[in-house]
Amino acid sequence: MTGYLVVSALLIAIGATGVMIRRNFMIVLMSLEIMINGAGLFLIAMSYYLGNVSGQVMFIFIAAVAASETAVGLAIAVMMYKRKKSIDINDFSILKK
Amino acid sequence: MKVILLFVILTPLIGFLINGIFGRWTKPFAGVIAAAALGISFILGLFPIISVLHGHVVEYTYFTWMPFKEVVIPFGLRVDYVSAVMLFVVTFVSWMIHIYSNGYMAGDKGYARYFSYLNMFVTAMLILVLGNNYLLMFVGWEGVGLASYLLIGFWYEKSTASDAGEKAFVVNRIGDAGFIIGILYMVYYFGSVTYSNVFPRAEHVLGYGSTAATIIGIALFVGAVGKSAQFPLYIWLTDAMEGPTPVSSLIHAATMVTAGVYMVARSNAIYSLSPIAQEIVATIGAFTAFYAATMALTHKDIKRILAYSTLSQLGYMFIGVGIGAYWTGLFHLMTHAFFKGLLFLAAGAVMHSMRGLLSIDLMGGLKKYMPQTAAVMVIASLAISGIPPFAGFFSKDAILASALEMGHPIIWIVGEITAFMTAFYMFRMVFNVFYGEEKVESLYHDLHTHEAPAVMTIPMWVLAILSIIGGWVGIKSGGHIPFEWFVAHTAPTTEVAHEAHYSEALLMGISVTMGLSGILAAWLIYIKKIITAEKIANMFKPIYTLLANTYYADEFVYCCIVKPFWWLSTNFLWKIVDVIIIDKGMVDGAGWIAGRVGKGFRLFQTGFANNYAYWMSLGIILLSSWYLFVKII
Repeated sequence: MTGYLVVSALLIAIGATGVMIRRNFMIVLMSLEIMINGAGLFLIAMSYYLGNVSGQVMFIFIAAVAASETAVGLAIAVMMYKRKKSIDINDFSILKK
Repeated sequence: MKVILLFVILTPLIGFLINGIFGRWTKPFAGVIAAAALGISFILGLFPIISVLHGHVVEYTYFTWMPFKEVVIPFGLRVDYVSAVMLFVVTFVSWMIHIYSNGYMAGDKGYARYFSYLNMFVTAMLILVLGNNYLLMFVGWEGVGLASYLLIGFWYEKSTASDAGEKAFVVNRIGDAGFIIGILYMVYYFGSVTYSNVFPRAEHVLGYGSTAATIIGIALFVGAVGKSAQFPLYIWLTDAMEGPTPVSSLIHAATMVTAGVYMVARSNAIYSLSPIAQEIVATIGAFTAFYAATMALTHKDIKRILAYSTLSQLGYMFIGVGIGAYWTGLFHLMTHAFFKGLLFLAAGAVMHSMRGLLSIDLMGGLKKYMPQTAAVMVIASLAISGIPPFAGFFSKDAILASALEMGHPIIWIVGEITAFMTAFYMFRMVFNVFYGEEKVESLYHDLHTHEAPAVMTIPMWVLAILSIIGGWVGIKSGGHIPFEWFVAHTAPTTEVAHEAHYSEALLMGISVTMGLSGILAAWLIYIKKIITAEKIANMFKPIYTLLANTYYADEFVYCCIVKPFWWLSTNFLWKIVDVIIIDKGMVDGAGWIAGRVGKGFRLFQTGFANNYAYWMSLGIILLSSWYLFVKII
């Protein structure tokens, strides 16, 4: 059991670090996926441990949402590239203004 | 009866709403609507009065007005032996003056506005009189104050009129503060402000001669001093003469200013417990009676003479209620409403036909042109001078005789001297205006001076008849005085340990002598001219100057109260509190702090997604570790 929890925590930590330090938008999206899967693994492990299927059901929903989220994210990446010929997120700091 | 009693108040309120909201369209018959409303109100008011005459006090609670936890204040109306007198006087005199106003205000551009204010005044006055608790009385009290302010400043284009309105409002506020303090004390001691709850328990809760009774008595009296224009808060009443004359007649002579007397008579259960408060009421009353009468001696403006005379007569009423003979105060209140209302109406008729001229120096011999006005003016003046069988004789004599009997000889002496002055200044005015020869040649011809129209003379005659017969309820018959017997049901005369007895005939004789000698003196000076008024004025130059300037009271108030207050307001409240503390400190300060804080937080907003993610993760870590930390402990 502990192994699953450690792996899921590691996945989340790796994902979060990726989001924070990488500048390539594609990599950031991937890191987000890693974080989501880390959380998913945690849910499934706990559901197995508690003998309650709702955690697994929830993960199916999360997987669906994650797919659509990735689709949107990739669409944004396409638009970013069209605009600035770059997908480095440090080129997109217009939130500041 | 419950509905009838409610409609006594609602009818003038409906009149007010009609003329107030639809005044633009009802203008041609605004006066008729207002007078009709008052007529209905008067007739409806007779039902509870008749019920009281049969010995049934009428009291109804309509709904709970303010339900607090311990103190429940109802909206209820009560007609007992004291408020029945007031109900009759207020509705009847108001009705007469409403009719009179139809003639007096004809052609004024604020015709509908005038009548809506007048109806509003009557509504408030009836709430004051009929309410069954002090808080309702206070609502009426403020309502009449508002109506008085609006009507004094009725001709608001004139700056003197609007200033006078403001002055009345501000001076009254001082009194109102006292009234509120009195009510709050009552809530504290009784847990109620309803008359039927407070008065029967007063002796038990407060105790005879207790400090609490004295404090409540004095606080309520401060309110009465403001509303009834007693010394030292009398300064607003003479300026209030800037309003239309029927207003002076109704509000500043017959009804509103007597509210203070009514309130003291109403609170008799409390005053009878406190000899000190009674002494203060009677002393202030006696002092004002004398003080105001001296000022009336030198004035030349008819309305101002009458205004000072009103102050003086109100002083008499306070003597009556102050010595504990509440019925005498109410009795004088009633007769005064008749004859002083009439005097103002007659003065208004003179003013009406003289195109607003008021100085007695310009008139003379007016009797030939205005015989009816002259006749009612003489009747009213005889009444106020205390000549039998006119109404004022009985009420004034009752007050002075009671003062002597209840052990206040000094007040009696002051009262008798004032009675002499009253007769003198009233007939000084009458002789100067209506008798003698015309002082300014062809003035009357140029002004087309003529008798007032019937719509004005008829109400005057009605009041004139009441000024004659109104006092007859004070004639002893069958061993007791009917009016005293009536009022004593609600306001019994305070019992005095050593009641002195004097020959009634002797006291009456002295009163009549005082009145007659005042008239005689006026006749000798102004008709016979054995000595001219100027000569007397020169003989007592310093006193004359002092009186003609009304004891410099306004100047005193201006330099000792208004100016320091002004200085404080300008130099402290404005320049320090407002400009520095509020504007610079609070208003600008709030913006400055928000700006600084915003500048600090701006540093976080880099626009780089990584940074946001970083701060978010940090937040999550901090929150979850705090949560765990709390959980573990």
